[in-house]
Amino acid sequence: MDTIDPRSDPKSGGRLLPLTATVLVIVLLWYALTVWLNGPGAIERVLAPKGPWSWQDLVLSSWTLQRPVLPAPHQIAADFWSSLVDWPIDSPRNLLFHVAVTGQSTLLGFAMGTALGAVLAVLIVHSRTLDRALLPWVVASQTIPVLAIAPIVLVILGSLGFSGVLPKAVIAMYLCFFPVAVAAVQGLRSPQRIETELMHTYAASAWQTLWLLRLPAAWPFIFPALRVGVAAGLVGAMVAELPTGAQAGLGSRLLTGSYYGNTVQIWSALLMASLLGLLLSSAMAALEKWALRHRSRT
Amino acid sequence: MLNPLTEDASPSVSPLRPPSALRAVEVLGASVVYPAADAPVQALQDIRLTIAQGEFISLIGPSGCGKTTLLRVIADLEPISGGQVLVNGVSPREARLARAYGYVFQAPALFPWRTVLANVMLPLQIQGRDREAAQAIAREHLGRVGLTQFEKKYPWQLSGGMQQRVSIARALSFEPRILMMDEPFGALDEITRDGLNEQLQQLWCRERRTVVFVTHSISEAVYLSTRIVVMSPRPGRIVKVIESTLPDERHLGLRDTPEFMQMAHEVREALSDGHH
Repeated sequence: MDTIDPRSDPKSGGRLLPLTATVLVIVLLWYALTVWLNGPGAIERVLAPKGPWSWQDLVLSSWTLQRPVLPAPHQIAADFWSSLVDWPIDSPRNLLFHVAVTGQSTLLGFAMGTALGAVLAVLIVHSRTLDRALLPWVVASQTIPVLAIAPIVLVILGSLGFSGVLPKAVIAMYLCFFPVAVAAVQGLRSPQRIETELMHTYAASAWQTLWLLRLPAAWPFIFPALRVGVAAGLVGAMVAELPTGAQAGLGSRLLTGSYYGNTVQIWSALLMASLLGLLLSSAMAALEKWALRHRSRT
Repeated sequence: MLNPLTEDASPSVSPLRPPSALRAVEVLGASVVYPAADAPVQALQDIRLTIAQGEFISLIGPSGCGKTTLLRVIADLEPISGGQVLVNGVSPREARLARAYGYVFQAPALFPWRTVLANVMLPLQIQGRDREAAQAIAREHLGRVGLTQFEKKYPWQLSGGMQQRVSIARALSFEPRILMMDEPFGALDEITRDGLNEQLQQLWCRERRTVVFVTHSISEAVYLSTRIVVMSPRPGRIVKVIESTLPDERHLGLRDTPEFMQMAHEVREALSDGHH
């Protein structure tokens, strides 16, 4: 997971050049790879029937093949752009429609996961018994693959009459709560002895100590976890769309793309999912920056 | 806790114990023992000390003499193994719950996410004062330590000496009768320390709050105190209590007078006596 150091050099100018160079190298390799992977298909389906062909023909047709093994970047970009501008926003052919569906369950699951993580952390910090009783289970829960949990949750919640966004949000929550809980426990325990003793001399209640000392001290620990958590929640929401054969959502878009061998669609959905993940975690990073704007940078 | 004094509904009018109202702190044969693998450590042994209201008491001694432990016992930050301690006639715990004292730690312990003003407001907020009143009181106390212009700053923008002044304003914001200070200027440079000593002395002179002050600086103890309690380690005990002969109103120049040097000498003697 990304752990951007908030104290790193705020000027990104020094990083722009290597970043651009990396992207350029990746794109070049990508185009080379498309020729290698799509070449045989292009020869078989396009070039061979027409007769003799040159290597230029091979390269060109590898980059424009209908159902390529690996679509070229410009094919993905074209499909991506077309889905945004050629279709109304409420059409299942528009990727933003799927963003709305997946984003909704991601955000709901993220909110639920954050709340669950926070409550667990408060309980764990305030009770030695719960610390011993809960923490191992919290850790163990993450060893069960989400792919195995998802169908079970969907079946159970479905039989209880829940459908739509909630079951998907529950699976997103399952991935969200863990980083939040672990970071919150660490953060709530971060006040030094002198600070808790200070609250003690003021005869502050446990609730006041939590609210006025532990929680504010915990934010710098919690925010990075929220950034990780929201990205994990997106994974959860997309995975939750797979076993149901859902009609909408970025996950279902991946699934239908693979059903019909429409690799370009898979890749545009993947691109959209990455952009959504990036947007969500940058939103959390911006929130963090705003919330912690007065903290010292030492 | 079985304690005849606490049963007094109003000890200040009790004819049997008239002076008890004037007693801020009574330490009656208190001892603190830390369990250890080989032999238990006697941090404090049979401490007897009465502090009257309005006194400035310094606890001085080498490391490990239990001066901080004694202060922490009075502040209910540490339990006692034997004896009894009374603060304002009640147990330290009851006194703490009644917010009888303000405590200044060696480090300022300001919350970095709060402004200077909000830091001073913290105890008032805990006591449930409304925001406006708390703000007015906090401003007043920041003024008393000369930091009015810094109320909107964050602690990391202040020097160490200023931070400690904020923490003193915070300890006094709710007007506790007793102020306890655990080597509050120990981490500061000597120049800053002199300035703060002078301010603290004037503050005490104006308000006559009871101060219990832990230090390992002889000149600091002599300059500030009305009485100096000299302690000694292994086991932690009181070797000597020295009454100050200096006038209540003091200035830094006093430290060069023969009277001052005589007192400092007396403290030094007591400290070295305690070592043998």
